[in-house]
Amino acid sequence: MHSPHLLSINDLSKVEILEILDTARELARITDGSMKKLPTLRGRTVVNLFFEDSTRTRLSFEAAAKRLSADVINFSAKGSSVSKGESLKDTAQTLEAMGAELIIIRHSSSGAAQRLAESGWVKSHIVNAGDGMHEHPTQALLDAFTIRNHFPEHDRDFTGLRIGIVGDILHSRVARSNALLLTALGAKVVFIAPPTLLPVGVEKWPVEISYNLDQELSTLDAVMMLRVQSERMSDAFFPTEREYARDFGLGTQRLKALKPQAIIMHPGPMNRGLEISAASADSPQSVILEQVANGVLVRMAVLYLLMGGASVPTEGVLV
Amino acid sequence: MSSHDFLLKNVLLSEGARVDIEVRNQKISQISGELNSELPVIDGKGFMALPGLVDLHTHLREPGKENSETVLSGSQAAIKGGYTAVSAMANTFPVADTAGVVEQVARLGTEAGLCDVFPIGAVTVGLAGERLAELSAMAQSQAKVRIFSDDGRCVSDPLLMRRALEYVKSFGGVIAQHAQDPLLTVGSQMNEGLISSQLGLKGWPSIAEESIIARDILMAHYVQSRLHICHLTTKGGVELVRWAKSQGMSVTAEVTPHHLLLTDDLATSYDPVFKVNPPLRTQEDVLALRAGLADGTIDVVATDHAPHPSEDKDCEWNSAAFGMIGLETSLSVVCESMIETGLMDWPTLIKRMSTTPALIGGYREHGRLEVGATANLIVVNPTAKWTVDKSKVFSRSSNTPFHGRTLTSEIVHTFYKGVHVLENGELTGLKYE
Amino acid sequence: MSIVLEQSEIDRSLKRIAHEIIERNHGLDSVILLGIPTRGVTLAQRIGSFLSAIDSPVPVGTLDITMFRDDLRIRPPRPLVATSIPSEGLEGKDVILVDDVLFSGRTIRAALDAIGELGRPKSVQLAVLIDRGHRQLPIRADYVGKNIPTNAKESVKVQLREIDGEDQVEVSH
Repeated sequence: MHSPHLLSINDLSKVEILEILDTARELARITDGSMKKLPTLRGRTVVNLFFEDSTRTRLSFEAAAKRLSADVINFSAKGSSVSKGESLKDTAQTLEAMGAELIIIRHSSSGAAQRLAESGWVKSHIVNAGDGMHEHPTQALLDAFTIRNHFPEHDRDFTGLRIGIVGDILHSRVARSNALLLTALGAKVVFIAPPTLLPVGVEKWPVEISYNLDQELSTLDAVMMLRVQSERMSDAFFPTEREYARDFGLGTQRLKALKPQAIIMHPGPMNRGLEISAASADSPQSVILEQVANGVLVRMAVLYLLMGGASVPTEGVLV
Repeated sequence: MSSHDFLLKNVLLSEGARVDIEVRNQKISQISGELNSELPVIDGKGFMALPGLVDLHTHLREPGKENSETVLSGSQAAIKGGYTAVSAMANTFPVADTAGVVEQVARLGTEAGLCDVFPIGAVTVGLAGERLAELSAMAQSQAKVRIFSDDGRCVSDPLLMRRALEYVKSFGGVIAQHAQDPLLTVGSQMNEGLISSQLGLKGWPSIAEESIIARDILMAHYVQSRLHICHLTTKGGVELVRWAKSQGMSVTAEVTPHHLLLTDDLATSYDPVFKVNPPLRTQEDVLALRAGLADGTIDVVATDHAPHPSEDKDCEWNSAAFGMIGLETSLSVVCESMIETGLMDWPTLIKRMSTTPALIGGYREHGRLEVGATANLIVVNPTAKWTVDKSKVFSRSSNTPFHGRTLTSEIVHTFYKGVHVLENGELTGLKYE
Repeated sequence: MSIVLEQSEIDRSLKRIAHEIIERNHGLDSVILLGIPTRGVTLAQRIGSFLSAIDSPVPVGTLDITMFRDDLRIRPPRPLVATSIPSEGLEGKDVILVDDVLFSGRTIRAALDAIGELGRPKSVQLAVLIDRGHRQLPIRADYVGKNIPTNAKESVKVQLREIDGEDQVEVSH
């Protein structure tokens, strides 16, 4: 990777995306046997800086760092000085003073990770673990990794694959990162959502737009269901949960319309019965748990690739 | 004879004439091709002489936010930028919604003695948009307020807006509307469009501005009152104002320098120095604003100078304050976007930045460079190139979006009521007393 | 720059190593070759062919030690190469690590760490084409193609026809 940070999928070339996916695959093979823990990052300190609750993402990064033997500091903004008004800048500088070399940041403000990386406040590597409505690059990488595992003929290129992303595109960092990443790999992405949950400007993105899930289902190789936040209903993005589920939920009837080899994805946590029915989530076509497992591998690959040192071997160090 | 009297030799008027200007007793006493007198001579070096610039939209932050700006530091920034009159917006703490507060601001301006500080009064009590402030009391106070605005907030309640427009007719006031439908902009962060969709920042639709402009144009016409629209930013807004003027409606409009030069793609840096209300728009909007300013649809340039302390900008985008400082770069930015592009000439620039704003505000001692006028004038080197350095601004805050940009035209001298307050770009330490 | 080993000498060295492996292990029953990428893998395959020709085939695998290196801080990350351990595993085997050049010994230390994670062989032995000296760790090779005294600043470059198009070893300053 040419950048010292992972802030956005836009930071990555196709070659770099494949490098991360390939590294994750090798890590899968190494760690598949008895090598559960690798000494690669022994003595290095990684910080999980979470301004927003997300237990699963934090645990995934933590597992990844620990499997590489890094020391992990977890910092959650809740109940800390941040809730008393301490700024992002002060918090990050404090953690770096404690020895952090890489900061994994989750923040409700779009651009927080980029701001941390580019403001000059800290020198650490920055990994974006979700910033507001902007991006969640490691989620997109693990999704691509999962898709690749199921479509081995598309190992280096997703051209010919059609992937639907369904639901609250407007507020979804997962949708943004996936649209960039899957498109970069050559896939055709279709956003499927009610018009109220699509951002103005989306018509200029290199994706297709559809308001009708039923029309698209039989054309998709993968269908990615996004979580619906209940507060969207109170903000009148749709009238009722029942109506949303009827039009955009992956219910049992819609399951039958999918291609037999198509896979069902969800970034979690799921609202069973709303955007996805239990039968869909638990069907043989669902790869939702694989996504979780792959998350650790992809995050290990990212940590490994980011934390490498100088590109020129230091004088006097023998190999 | 006043100790401040002088003879300004060898300056160009905007029409191109090379003249000498004599100032006696705060007034321009003579303008002629070649003057000689006993007065101290200031060499104009062939630069341009303009009437002092007049700003209708300035946030001076005092009282209440003196860590961002004070009337004094804001006055210093004003004369650095060639302004001899500024209009202090009402969103201070306490809000300038009573005769007491506007008189205090006016007095602070007089004490600073560097330029005229004309307070703007709030339209509603506490800017809360619920009931009218004592507009007449402010108008009859020592501050003689004529412009009323809730700027920072929109007077969105149509009935309240109607009453305000009607009420100010009795003393020749004008309502300056910050056009922003609050319900369409809850949590909005930047212009709604391709860039906001990519950045995941909540969009600020152009219609939130245009729907209020349309409503208020019709309302002001209906009640036969004067409406001034603050900081126009959209192509649609320009077209609405153009239509209103074609119908003979009494509306004036302003544009800020930053909306004439900057576009929403700057937000891709997530640097909140580019976060401003109303937001930076697209290049299409910028071109429409320039055309509107050139053809007179937009009457004036107003800075919306909005200082903020560094901690309000040295943070993530959503947490940052809206606003940019602008007094010191205003003329140069207008030069860059209007003169250098060939869209406007200097006589028109003087109208938009001095004469017309003085007329709208009723600032009689401003906007004229002629014999008998008060000596509020500036000398500008129109071809000088300079690079904006945020560490060198006179404002107490450094949130300029132009840091590092090279701009054209520089203020050399500023004279306020005949007093030489800025010389070669530096404060002289002199003030009007 | 000077060529210190030519194709015929490389062949001869590897063949000799094959003979020594058979002799030392009293046959090949429990021997496994593990090549260290990149060129160690090729060398392991060649030694494996010699063993086949002389005696009997042995399992040949690959052991990527990248994630076990202790120098990530000062070197850029490298792409991982597939590790492939023969299906019979390492338990109770005589594992012979194969690499091209033995220098500081750090690569071998990393390989020993990796093997430790994979199982518990009966023994681990080391075969290298070139031993150039300058060890930083108490590590020695059991089978050496050629000892080449160098100074620390020289570089030793092993070229193999499968990867580089020709067989030779050169030392440059």
